[in-house]
Amino acid sequence: MTNALIDFILVSVALLAIGIYGIAVKRNAIRMLFGIEMIINSANLNLVAFSRYIPNSQGQTLALFSIAIAAAEVAVGLALVIVAYRMYRNIDIADFRSLKG
Amino acid sequence: MVDSVFLALSVLTIGSAIVALEIRSLIYGSIALMLTLSGVAGFFLLLDAPFVAMFQLSVYVGSIAVLILFTVMLVRRELIFNKVEDKRRRYAGIGLMIVLMLGIGTIIIGSGLKTMDTNSPAVDYKKIGEDFLTYYSPALIVMALILASSIIGAMTLARREDVIDDQRAD
Repeated sequence: MTNALIDFILVSVALLAIGIYGIAVKRNAIRMLFGIEMIINSANLNLVAFSRYIPNSQGQTLALFSIAIAAAEVAVGLALVIVAYRMYRNIDIADFRSLKG
Repeated sequence: MVDSVFLALSVLTIGSAIVALEIRSLIYGSIALMLTLSGVAGFFLLLDAPFVAMFQLSVYVGSIAVLILFTVMLVRRELIFNKVEDKRRRYAGIGLMIVLMLGIGTIIIGSGLKTMDTNSPAVDYKKIGEDFLTYYSPALIVMALILASSIIGAMTLARREDVIDDQRAD
């Protein structure tokens, strides 16, 4: 293989850091979901990369399960965003205050 | 070292990830997120995992990104372009991002992963299908139930109870 394992892992670290930046800084609920998606994708990239270089098939299997669970998570997350938008007429998370103690 | 396809894919993935978070319009942001997810699918193809790559394309790019696009279109127009954020918080976030990249990056470069390389052939995707239907079949059933229940949950959450059926038409 021309590409080494470490290149893929460095790309995945970059994607993870960008996702954490998105979660920490953005106040828009949908943009925070973008950040979560990027973090999940960096984890999947790691799984598949290690599964190629070890090599066995279990990493790919776990990545497939992880993608399917992420789909479920996004469906529920977007439904929550729609409910919150209907209640507050806004998607800024600083306005969602009714669960705050 | 790395080849040109890898370089192009990493520029596409990282660049469109930054664009997805920073561009003003949420609609263009979700299209950029679509590009990021396709870039990750390209990495899966480079890693000789065509099955995972096609799954990524059909689930992430085909359904999740389209779902996000539809939700963005349901939101009021001025909120899509709305961008309130703290300057100090933003700089702190950029600092956190750089610290994470440099920290984890140096740890990984310093570790023994650098020498790890393989000459063995890639895993056959038929093996994955066999595993799914034999060893992992209980997990597959549980995953299907989780997907179904989460979709039912999302539908109940997003349903409006205050609207009577005949008013819904207009």
